[in-house]
Order: sequence, then structure tokens, then C-alpha cells
Amino acid sequence: MNDREKKENYMTKDTENIIVVKNLMKKFGSFVANDNLTFEVRKGEIFGFLGANGAGKTTAIKILSGLSFPTSGDVMVAGYDVYKERELVKKNIGYMSQKFSLYEDLTVRENIRFYGGIYGLSSKYIKEKTEDLLERLKMKDIQNSLISSLPLGWKQKIAFSVAIFHDPKIVFLDEPTGGVDPITRRDFWEMIYEASNAGITVFVTTHYMDEAEYCDRVSIMDKGRIEGMDTPGELKRQFDAQNMDEVFLKIAR
Amino acid sequence: MNRFIGFVKKEFHHIFRDSRTMLILFGMPIAQILIFGYVVSNEITDVRIGIYDKSKDHVTQEITNKIISSGFFILHENLNSDEEIEAAFKRGIVREVVVFEPNFAKNLERDGSAAIQIIADASDANTANMVSNYTQAIINSYVKTELMAQGMPYQIIPEIRMLYNDELKGVYMFVPGTMALILMLVSAMMTSISIAREKELGTMEILLVSPLKPLPIVIGKVIPYMVLSFVNAVVIIALSYFVFGMPIQGNLVFLMLETLLFIFMALSLGILISTVSNSQMVAMFISMFALLLPTMLLSGFIFPVENMPKVLQWLSSIMPAKYFITIVKNIMIKGSGIGIIWKETLILAGMTMFFLVMSIKKFKVRLE
Amino acid sequence: MRKIKFILQKEFIQIFRNKTMLPMIFGIPIIQLVILVHAATLEMKSIDMYVVDKDLSSLSHKLVSKFEGSPFYNISGSSFSIDEANEAIEKNQADFILHIPQGFERDLMRENSSKVQLLIDGINGTAASLVNAYSSSVIADFNRNIIVDLTQRPQIVDSNPISVETSYWYNPELNYKIYMLPGILVILVTIISMFLAAMNIVREKEIGTIEQLNVTPIKKFEFIVGKLVPFLIIALFELAFGLAIGKFFFHVPMVGSLGLLFGFAVVYLLVVLGIGLFISTISSTQQQVMFIAFFFMLVFILMSGIFTPTESMPMWAQKVNIINPFYYFMRVIRMILLKGSGFWDISREFFSLVIYAVIMLSLSVWRYRKVS
Repeated sequence: MNDREKKENYMTKDTENIIVVKNLMKKFGSFVANDNLTFEVRKGEIFGFLGANGAGKTTAIKILSGLSFPTSGDVMVAGYDVYKERELVKKNIGYMSQKFSLYEDLTVRENIRFYGGIYGLSSKYIKEKTEDLLERLKMKDIQNSLISSLPLGWKQKIAFSVAIFHDPKIVFLDEPTGGVDPITRRDFWEMIYEASNAGITVFVTTHYMDEAEYCDRVSIMDKGRIEGMDTPGELKRQFDAQNMDEVFLKIAR
Repeated sequence: MNRFIGFVKKEFHHIFRDSRTMLILFGMPIAQILIFGYVVSNEITDVRIGIYDKSKDHVTQEITNKIISSGFFILHENLNSDEEIEAAFKRGIVREVVVFEPNFAKNLERDGSAAIQIIADASDANTANMVSNYTQAIINSYVKTELMAQGMPYQIIPEIRMLYNDELKGVYMFVPGTMALILMLVSAMMTSISIAREKELGTMEILLVSPLKPLPIVIGKVIPYMVLSFVNAVVIIALSYFVFGMPIQGNLVFLMLETLLFIFMALSLGILISTVSNSQMVAMFISMFALLLPTMLLSGFIFPVENMPKVLQWLSSIMPAKYFITIVKNIMIKGSGIGIIWKETLILAGMTMFFLVMSIKKFKVRLE
Repeated sequence: MRKIKFILQKEFIQIFRNKTMLPMIFGIPIIQLVILVHAATLEMKSIDMYVVDKDLSSLSHKLVSKFEGSPFYNISGSSFSIDEANEAIEKNQADFILHIPQGFERDLMRENSSKVQLLIDGINGTAASLVNAYSSSVIADFNRNIIVDLTQRPQIVDSNPISVETSYWYNPELNYKIYMLPGILVILVTIISMFLAAMNIVREKEIGTIEQLNVTPIKKFEFIVGKLVPFLIIALFELAFGLAIGKFFFHVPMVGSLGLLFGFAVVYLLVVLGIGLFISTISSTQQQVMFIAFFFMLVFILMSGIFTPTESMPMWAQKVNIINPFYYFMRVIRMILLKGSGFWDISREFFSLVIYAVIMLSLSVWRYRKVS
């Protein structure tokens, strides 16, 4: 075990919070996309990041996953500083973007193999894990189909599996269920729970308020600010609402 | 109609917002014209030569001086053996070596004849041919003026007049050629790629299900490129007129109308290409290889078509650029009217129709 | 390092799976090569002439039939009116007018000299000077025969005291094709590799997959190398393929070492791919890439010396050629193939390109941003 790995173990074992954000600002010119965000995500929880389109969710998720620099503020992810240790952050996270991220002209198996390889996993390990994964997804018989030939719901499931293939500590999901039918959405959340049970912290953005109910804790963003953050139940009590939809409407007005 | 205008505005905005592309769009014709005008010419100057003078007397010195002072040649090195000639050629700087036989002046005086050998690096056959001909001409003129005093009887003197272009300026050829090339590039290539882009990104489907009909969509995409092409054509004509002194003998309005026809042709070709390609990369390769190089090489703009093998001559007659170049040359330089170039005009119009009909057919098939 | 293997694998699968790309990469350029090499000729094979013979003497008839007898010339029309002749030129039916004025024969007999007029369509300067040169030499030849006929003293015309013998090394038949083929091949290989590399990355940007790569811990150089090598290999194949065609169909001599040629080609391609990658890092759409790459390509090709000797270009253009990759390879491929130049002959070009490659590749690694 080298020093770096020792440090990783130390940081994640001994701190409850796996994501720590303090006074995060992100500006594009004069437009403030993230205005003074401060929050923590605890290890192992499913954290919902809610907000309307354009509220600044994607901007924040890009900063957390090391795709974009913050303008100011402190951001620690998996115990690493996103300013200085971005590559270490990347080693420990998975990411599924809003835009579709698999290669349409590669098969299911080839996509998995490629991303596994990029994370430095060995060919043997990739092979074993792929078999296992295809088994669980019941996709054995389409393993050699091109991604472009599959329905959207399946693609999303594969994309998610690819995002957590290298067993990251955290997975960031940016609107993973956009445009998917309700049944597939349910299946997808099953997969999220499975990952969570396996110890992966899930950070998910969505604008479907019913999905918020599935999260351990949610934060609700509006116009770049966090307007509320707690468990769904607590939020409902706080805002005196029947469901998350109402909570959201009360915040957005 | 309002919706359509809005769509066209959006397309314009798309293109004009990207300042880098705009810069290149307008920089390209200017750079091309300047390069053809100042850089690429078929004249040879400053060709490096070597002299291998086995005699080193006053006559060889005089001839050498004549060659060097002609302006075509620069003496790069004096050589002293046959091996050095080979080595000089391999280094690739020297293109010709002039060899004087030993006892050159003595032989000339005693026998009335002496020999010079011109060795040219003919790996570049054209230049070698030109270079050796020039050298030969310089030697001949030396012989005529210095060695042969008496005139010959019964001289037939050819009087040469270059019609339309008495200084044989290169602009006359490359302005029409560059126009064809740039218009082809901007119109055909850019439209095909911008439509292929919408297909690739899936936005084409969104447009197709919108209340806009397919035809207005395509027209809307095409209009900005038409405007750009036209502006480019004007820039090229203005540059060639003001900077290079190319005449505009014929009717300017007529010239502009013919240019518009060519732009239409190129745009419909671009649309056709976009209907058969499913990605920008494919559209680009088709445009590049099917349009660009052939336009450059088969339209008679750099190499005269009449000298090509028969098959290529046939091939060149399906190059729209060939007809356009003929039209532009005729109008600008010869001042021709429709009476002379109606045939070319008709062919271009026919091609435009053909491409349009073909793309509509393809487009329908795709939708079904 | 192992990660590069996975990128390579993925790129190759994608290239070979695309049914339209493969023919584009290999088929079309080769067809182009075969066709365009034939097109690139400055030799005159046929010249259309228009005859205006106002003299109608036996001498003028002889002159006209002298032209008629040459395989180069084709009489496309004749009349007694210069205006009609001019119209033929305007309609592109003739390349030049041979105008024999009235009194052509009489003047030659009485005044010892007479004139003929050649009115040449000067729009295409190159062709016009060739027409001029050919036709003047036909007339000079004719003149010589007349002098011999009239004076009965053949020695008078061949008493040139200095004999000039011309020999054309490396290409005694002055076959222009063997010079053009390597040049066109360079262009094709360059276009293919530069565009493929540049557009490939921007395509990932457009589709969005690049984001997925950017959240992985992959190193910049691993990414660049993974993107570079496939196109390097394809380009080398293309070069080999083109050379084979040159060898078998055009009998291009290959005097020099092919190993040296390919070694040089690798360095050259690194420069070209470096430029392609650099362009892709500063563009966000494939359309932009094409435009930028195109612009430089057109400028560089024209200045590279493919058609005309670079040393005859103005000084500033020769300076610009220092950064013109085409210029180096255009020179070197011809030197190695046709003349058998060795490493020391091309060392200046070689090391210039090595420096160039290092600069371009570092620039593109530096400009490639995993984070915005």
C-alpha cells in the first residue's frame, strides 16, 4: 500500500462527510450560476440535488466531478481538493452526464471494456466483472449489439453501470432518468439503491420531484442558491406540504 | 412567413456569432488571391545552378556571366568533378549544372566548335525543361551576338501578339479559378456539412416535426451561405480589379447573375451531398474529394484540360466549375454577352435542376 | 501506459466499423491519385489554330501545311477575315490565329525578310507561352528549310560554333507524372490524417462523450497518444498503398531507401497530426475544424512547391514556408524516391520537422483541457 492509498483510506474512514462544499461560487461573466453554496454529503447516503432547469445543478455537479473550476470557495470530494488534486478526485468518482455518454458505434461489451480500461482495471478483472454485470442486467444476449440499436432506458442502465464499474466512492448522476418511461425509472432507482447498499455514495440531480422521495436527503436549488436542505420528510414538515412537489413550488415562488 | 424569417435569422446568428469562422470565410478568398497573385507563378527566377568549368578561360567565363546575369539563375557552387554533380543534385538545392569541356576557348578558335553540356535534375521534369531551355537560349543569343556576325538571308519573322493579356499575367487564369473554388467551398461544402450536422446531433428531427415544412427548413439553412458566397464573390472581383488590374470588359450585372447561378448550383449540390451522408465527416470527405481537388485540377484552372487524357476530358465536362470558369473569363476578359456563353449558362442551370430534383427525391425517401 | 491500449482498441473498432469511412479513407484518395496524376500535365498535346491566309501563295500554303503536318496542331477554322478569327478565339474555338499577311512571299523574295503574325489567346499565360514557343519553333524550322531550298547551301544553317548537349538526369524522358505522384500523395495523406484526427476529437466534444473521458483519471498525454497513433498508422498505410500504385501503374522510380522515407514520414505525420490535434483543441464544432484546417491547407499546399519551384517564390513566401510542413515532405519524398538522397542530404529537413513535431505536440497537450 503506497502513501496515496493510505491517505485515501484514512480520509474516507475517519470523516463522515465525503463531500464538503463551503461558499462555492461559480460565475460566467456577470451571470452567477452557483451563489455561495455550502453543504456536506455524508458517506453512503443518496443525496438528491433538486431544482428547475437552469437552477445551477449541472454547473455544481461539473465542479464536484472536476470538469469545471469553481470561481471561489472550498470543495473537497472524497477527501481531495478539487483545485489541487483533481486527478485523485477523478479516480474516486463515477459520473453519468445528462448528455448521453456511451459510444453509439460500439457494442455494450466494448463500451464497458473501454471505460474499464481507462480506469486502469486489468483485462482479466474487466472480463469477469463484465460477465457478472451482464448477468445481473439480463443483457447477456444483447452484449454484442451496438448501443445505437438499444432503447433509451437500456442505454441509461448501461451508462449507469459503466459509471460505477470501477467501484468509485461517489457516483454523480446528472438527470439520469430524463426522457425515460416510469417503469424503467423504477428499475433505475432499484439500481441506485443497489449501488448505495454496496457502499457507494450517490449524488443525483433531478427535476422529477417524486424521485426526491427516494433520496436520504435533498437540497433544493433555485436561481443558483440552495433554498432548502434536509430529509424529504423534514422538508415537507418545514414547508407544511403534502409532497415534494408542493415543497418545490413553495420554494420557487 | 414570420416563423420562417425567425428561422433564417437564427441560422445567420449561428454563423456570424463564431468570429473565427467569419474571419476565415473572408480571409480565405483574400489569401488565395494574394498567393496566386504573388507567390505561385510559372515563371522561374533564382534557380540555383552549378558550374563545372573544365576549361576556365575567358570564353567560359563570359558565357557563365551571361547565364548568371540573366536573372533566372543564381550560381550556387562551382563543381570540380562528375561525382560532385551527383552529390549536388542529391542535396536538392542545385537544379542544373552547366559543364564546359576542357580547352573550350582553344577548341573554339582552332576548330570553330566547342561543346557545352547542360545537365538538369529532371526529377522535376517541368522545371528541368524550362531551366534547360532558358540556358540554351542564353547560350544561343551569346553565339548570335558574339560569334556570328553575318546575318542570314530570307528571314521569316514571327510577330507575336498575346490577345487579351499581353503581359501574360497569371491573374487572368486564377481569378476565375479561385472564384469557382471558393464558391464551391463555401456553398456546397459548408451547406452539406451544416445540414449533416443537424442530422448527426439529432436536431434535424426536431426541426422536421416542427410546424415548418422541410423545404423552408432547407432554404433557411441555405440562405446565409448564399449571402456569404455572394459577398465573397464580390470581394474576389473587387480585389482582382483594384489590386491586380484585371479588367471587367463585360456587363457587371450579367457577371453577378451568372455568379448567383453558380452559387445556386453549388448550394443544390451541397444539399444533395447532405442527403446522402449521415455524418459531418462523411459530408466533408465527399465534398473534399468529389469537389475540391477535382475543381482545382480538372476544371482547367491550373492545368489546361485540352492536354489531359480523353477520359479526364470527359470527366472534366461534368465539373460545373469548368463552365463557370469559362463564363467568368469570357465576361471579364473578353467582354462576351449571353450570345457567346449561352451554352455554358444552360448547362449550369440544367445541373442545378438535376441536383435539386435528386435531393428532393432522396429527402422524400428518407422521410418515409 | 496500459490505458493507451484501450483507447487504441476503441478507435480502431470505430474506424473499421464505419462502413462509409473506410472507403473514404482508402478508396477515394487512391482513385484521386490515379486520376489527378494524369490531370497534372503541362505538356501540350493539341493546339487549335485558326488560319487567316491573305497571301494565298505557294509559300503560305507550304507554311500552313507545315503546321497541318504536325500532330500538335489542329486547324479548327480558316477565313480571310481577322474579325471572324477573333470571334473564334472569343468562343474558345481556337488557341491562336496564324495570320499570313498579303505580300508574304513577295516580301521574302524582294526584301529578304517577311512577317507572319501569331495572335495567341493570352488568358492562360502558361499555355500561351507554350503555344508561342512551339509555333515559333515550327516557323523557325520552316524558315531553315526555305533558306536551304533557296540558297542550296545547307551548311549555312547549321554552323553553330557552340554545340549544346542537354541531358536530363533521373528522368530522361521528362515524365512529369513521376514528379507529380509523390506530390499528390503527400497532399492526400496529409488531408486524411489531419482531418481525421482533428474531427475525431471535436466529434467527441459535440456528441458529449469527451466529458465522460474527462471525468476519468486518464492523463492528457495518454489521451493524445491514443488519438494520434491510429491515424498515424492509417496514414502510413495510405502512403504505402499510394507508393505501390505509383510503382506498378506509373513506374515511379524508388531509388532511395524506403526505410528512410517511412522514417521521415513518421516525423512528418507527427507534425501534421499535432496540428490537427491543436486545431481540435481550439474548436468546438467539426465545422470550425474544417474551416480552420482548410484555410491553412489551401495556403500551405499552394506554397509547398507542388506545382512550381519554391525558390522562385518571393522572399517572404520562402520565409513562410519554414512553417509549412508540406514544403518539407514535398521536397524530401521526391528527393528520396527519384534521386536516392540519403539521410545527410535531408538532415536539415528532418531535424526541422523533429523540432516542429515537438512544438506542435506540446502545444496540443498544453491546450487540451480536461477542465473548463
